[in-house]
Amino acid sequence: MNILEVTGLTKKFGGLYANTNINMNIEKNSITAVIGPNGAGKTTFFNMITAVYKPTSGDILLNGKSLVGLKPHQVTKFGIARTFQNIRLFHDLTVLDNVLVGMHHHLKSSWVGALFQMPRTRHAEENAKKEAYRLLEYVGLAELLNESAGNLSYGAQRRLEIARAIAAKPKVLLLDEPAAGMNPKETKKLTDLIHDMRTKLDITIVLIEHDMKLVMEISDFIYVLDHGEEIASGKPDDIRNNPRVIEAYLGKGAVANG
Amino acid sequence: MLAHIIQTLPQVIVDGLTLGVVYAVVAIGYTMVYGILELINFAHGEIFMSGAFIGTTVLLILSSVGFLSSVPAILAFIIIIVIASIATGFLGMGIERVAYRPLRNAPKLITLITAIGVSFLLQDIVRFIAELKTGNYIVSAPSLFNEKIHLKTSSILPQFGDALFKSSFLVVLIVAIIMLIVLDFFVNRTKWGMAMRAVAQDRETASLMSINVNKVISVTFFVGSALGGATGVLFMVQYGSIDPYIGFILGIKAFTAAVLGGIGNIRGAMVGGLLIGLLEMFAAANLSTITHGAFGAEYKDIFAFAILIAVLIFKPEGLFGKAVVEKV
Repeated sequence: MNILEVTGLTKKFGGLYANTNINMNIEKNSITAVIGPNGAGKTTFFNMITAVYKPTSGDILLNGKSLVGLKPHQVTKFGIARTFQNIRLFHDLTVLDNVLVGMHHHLKSSWVGALFQMPRTRHAEENAKKEAYRLLEYVGLAELLNESAGNLSYGAQRRLEIARAIAAKPKVLLLDEPAAGMNPKETKKLTDLIHDMRTKLDITIVLIEHDMKLVMEISDFIYVLDHGEEIASGKPDDIRNNPRVIEAYLGKGAVANG
Repeated sequence: MLAHIIQTLPQVIVDGLTLGVVYAVVAIGYTMVYGILELINFAHGEIFMSGAFIGTTVLLILSSVGFLSSVPAILAFIIIIVIASIATGFLGMGIERVAYRPLRNAPKLITLITAIGVSFLLQDIVRFIAELKTGNYIVSAPSLFNEKIHLKTSSILPQFGDALFKSSFLVVLIVAIIMLIVLDFFVNRTKWGMAMRAVAQDRETASLMSINVNKVISVTFFVGSALGGATGVLFMVQYGSIDPYIGFILGIKAFTAAVLGGIGNIRGAMVGGLLIGLLEMFAAANLSTITHGAFGAEYKDIFAFAILIAVLIFKPEGLFGKAVVEKV
């Protein structure tokens, strides 16, 4: 069953086509990679799905319901969460608070209740904190919960972004270059985490990534973009040997000599 | 000279605290809006003034129907302050919706000038209504709390003089402190307070965390304006007479307090407000003694603005603000 369907998605900035006629069918509970050289339009694609950009044309369906025209906060409520290529945590908030912000639409706290410390509100608050703590444990950051997010190491910030994203209890999680800047050991941990989120948390994962070892190892299906167009799609083995993909990454000569 | 300073100290502290909490609560309105929109909402002083006028109107209505004489003053006061703060809360929210939101993506300067425009507009609307109803735009309200309290501070230390104040001082101080505590709690402990801090840091990312940014901005304006309006009522209770222009100079001083504390920082605004209030009253009491009569008490206003200039030159991030370090 397809959880996310994209049909004819196009984004034009002035005269420039950042995405042209992208079609994707993403199966529930799969891991899908979107790859392509720098400037291929991968992040633009993510931005359209999360309603940061409004598509020029085309449609995005989540479980058959169109997301086009919604506001970003509504899309998140419908069940799509994401991380960012250039980490965008709330740097001055604590690690725990960052995760709590991610839970925003699940938190049921009236401020009157909070003010007078009514039992029900206090209970809800405590539950939210426990849940946030559990998520931090899950990504391995529990001992840093009171640290400012800005003080974390790069790899830890990436994992905190993931914790914050899954705090929204998404159906689909979009990861924008999750392994960028990680050393091999951190990348290995991340790979395990992504696998685990799929199986244990039942989340469908779409990731943009340049680390080909990670992509080939982890993905069920791969889409390749170049200059805003979809140039190939298939299972990792098909993509590895596809001449158009090699050409896009390495240039025409590589194919001729290859 | 020193003897005079010490002798007046208790009175200075009492008066300074009253003025200081008023500045502090108004300063919070500036700092909250700045934190979230990077806009200096110059109309905030006029929200304060509107609060004072709405409060006075309610007070006059209550006293004309004879309600005032039949209930304790504190109950009437609570009714007045609640009505005034809800009304100014919606006023602030409306101003944001009509005047600032359409300009959300316009250059900052344009919104700033709009804010000044809104401020003049409010002054003249209030003046118009006041003159229409009473024939005079300076309105005096019947006072609610009149007992004189004599604080025998001289018994603590013989050098101290006694402090004398109206009982309204206590009301102002207590209500303002309650507002400060509630607000601090709201911002740090509740869901919407947390959303507010998230939006202040990164609006776009916050919206991707399922936070409705427009709603958070509306809530911010409501809370900030309601506090400002409530402070207007406190001002009216303490000083008795109001006019449509009280918001201007007070607003600028509260803005100075916000800058002193580090604009965008709520606790900073509280401390800044108290400091400026105390300093101003200290100056009012001692300026002529210190300068041997060269400057009178009326020069006290210079202090607030001298502080503003000094802060902007030497510590532009304010007492509690963080200096922005540009990464290379």
